[in-house]
Amino acid sequence: MIQTRPLTAEAARADFPIMGRRVNGKPLIYLDSAATSQKPAVVIDIMDDYYRRYNANPHRGVYAISEEATAAYESARQRVATFINAASPKEVIFTRNTTEAINLVRYSWGRANIQAGARILLTEMEHHSNLVPWQLLAQEVRATLSFLCIDDDGLLELEQLDRQLEGVKLLAITHQSNTLGTINPIKAVAEAAHRAGALVLVDGAQAVPHMPVDVQDLGVDFYAFSGHKMCGPTGIGVLWARRSLLESMPPFLGGGDMIKRVRLNEATWNDLPWKFEAGTPSVAEGIGLGAAVDYLTQFGMDRIRSHERTLVDYALEKLQEVPGITIYGPRDSELHGGAISFTLANIHPHDLATLVDREGIAVRAGHHCTQPLMDRLGVAATTRASFYIYNRVDEVDQLVTGIQKAQKVFA
Amino acid sequence: MSDDLYREQILEHYKNPHHFGELPDADITQEGDNPLCGDVITFYLKLDDGRLGDVRFRGRGCAISQASASMLTDLIVGKPLQELKAFPTKDLLEELGIQISPARMKCATLSVNTLRVALNGDVPEED
Repeated sequence: MIQTRPLTAEAARADFPIMGRRVNGKPLIYLDSAATSQKPAVVIDIMDDYYRRYNANPHRGVYAISEEATAAYESARQRVATFINAASPKEVIFTRNTTEAINLVRYSWGRANIQAGARILLTEMEHHSNLVPWQLLAQEVRATLSFLCIDDDGLLELEQLDRQLEGVKLLAITHQSNTLGTINPIKAVAEAAHRAGALVLVDGAQAVPHMPVDVQDLGVDFYAFSGHKMCGPTGIGVLWARRSLLESMPPFLGGGDMIKRVRLNEATWNDLPWKFEAGTPSVAEGIGLGAAVDYLTQFGMDRIRSHERTLVDYALEKLQEVPGITIYGPRDSELHGGAISFTLANIHPHDLATLVDREGIAVRAGHHCTQPLMDRLGVAATTRASFYIYNRVDEVDQLVTGIQKAQKVFA
Repeated sequence: MSDDLYREQILEHYKNPHHFGELPDADITQEGDNPLCGDVITFYLKLDDGRLGDVRFRGRGCAISQASASMLTDLIVGKPLQELKAFPTKDLLEELGIQISPARMKCATLSVNTLRVALNGDVPEED
């Protein structure tokens, strides 16, 4: 049983060694958690401990440390399953990251089920990781892509959803936009998609770290996310899918661990989840992800979400006062997760990011791997500030001060 | 080298770029961009007896990319084309006179790379 802890940014900061870091002589203000989150000591330490005490290849070793490695790795899978309310840990496939999870679906389910002339429905706000794999599949099998548009507040236009779903085999949609912060109504959209006979894949890279996610309640078919955005290490991600669906799918990568019996000219596949996990897995990273899940669970995902809502409300209010600023995405924090994109009238986002870096503030500038969305917004790039459990309201003030200083340079 | 990326001279070139505009009778028009940053630049080159007779540019992007293009036009106008075909990137970086971080190097070199494409049709690898 995980002991619960009240969430305050100050208490959380003490868990993150990097928060003691100074950058350009100033305390680090990290506002780029949508790109990757920082790591608490418990995650760093548990991975270190694996390498120091029981580093071994898991799953078939009959000696003690291999069994320990197997137990730790599979226990992490169990905890991830509980965290997203999967019906079984067999439904939790470890991948390298969200991108690999989506590509797994493209190669395995997609090639077997998307035929020439079939339609795949996406949205204008997809990250390239949930767009390019479907472009490649569509080119390969001669399927077509269509897109749900966004309105000027960065919300999906869903009035015509039922019509747009006609003939669609797959709806691939982000749970929360990494650029706009928009939280999409996944449950309602998934119901509509299923009525139309389409399956639903959700890119949850920006959602699982920041809000309660219950894959069964959402009623989706595939759900992908990354460990490194939720206090875990890089190199580990998750594809969740319903067991019956995974059972029906052909393997993705071939090799060791994913097989049951191999002869010279044929092989049979291992049981779930290992059928989709060829080769030696990222053992330390899996164990690290398990520790990250425990770390987040002690605060509670609803508490983390409300902490970020406070930051988003405050940041939207303060940023709006900056002259010459354009803020993208929903104005209502109910629909706006912890990432805010904006542009300034006379300062390019890269110049702004460089100038606030001198104040120790890390923000991201660029297209955020959403070039079609940049085209829709009519900009080449934006600056994005994104929040997590360790961010404080006064860091938003520091950002605003940093922006004002940059504006003086360019005045 | 100054560590002040946004020293006065850079900002002056950014706000009031030299040779800004188009040449209607340009012999070579070359566009270059950094898709990752959204920096865009177009050079208009007028050749004159083996020399660069005149130059203009249009562009939009960050201060580093646009100031670098403005400075480059000052360095190249009137020079022999043979010389400009191998214009060294380091000469432009010296003119910029600031420490460019690896992340911003593409911004600083967009102009000189675009010039090389204009005159050679490709971008030779830098050492």
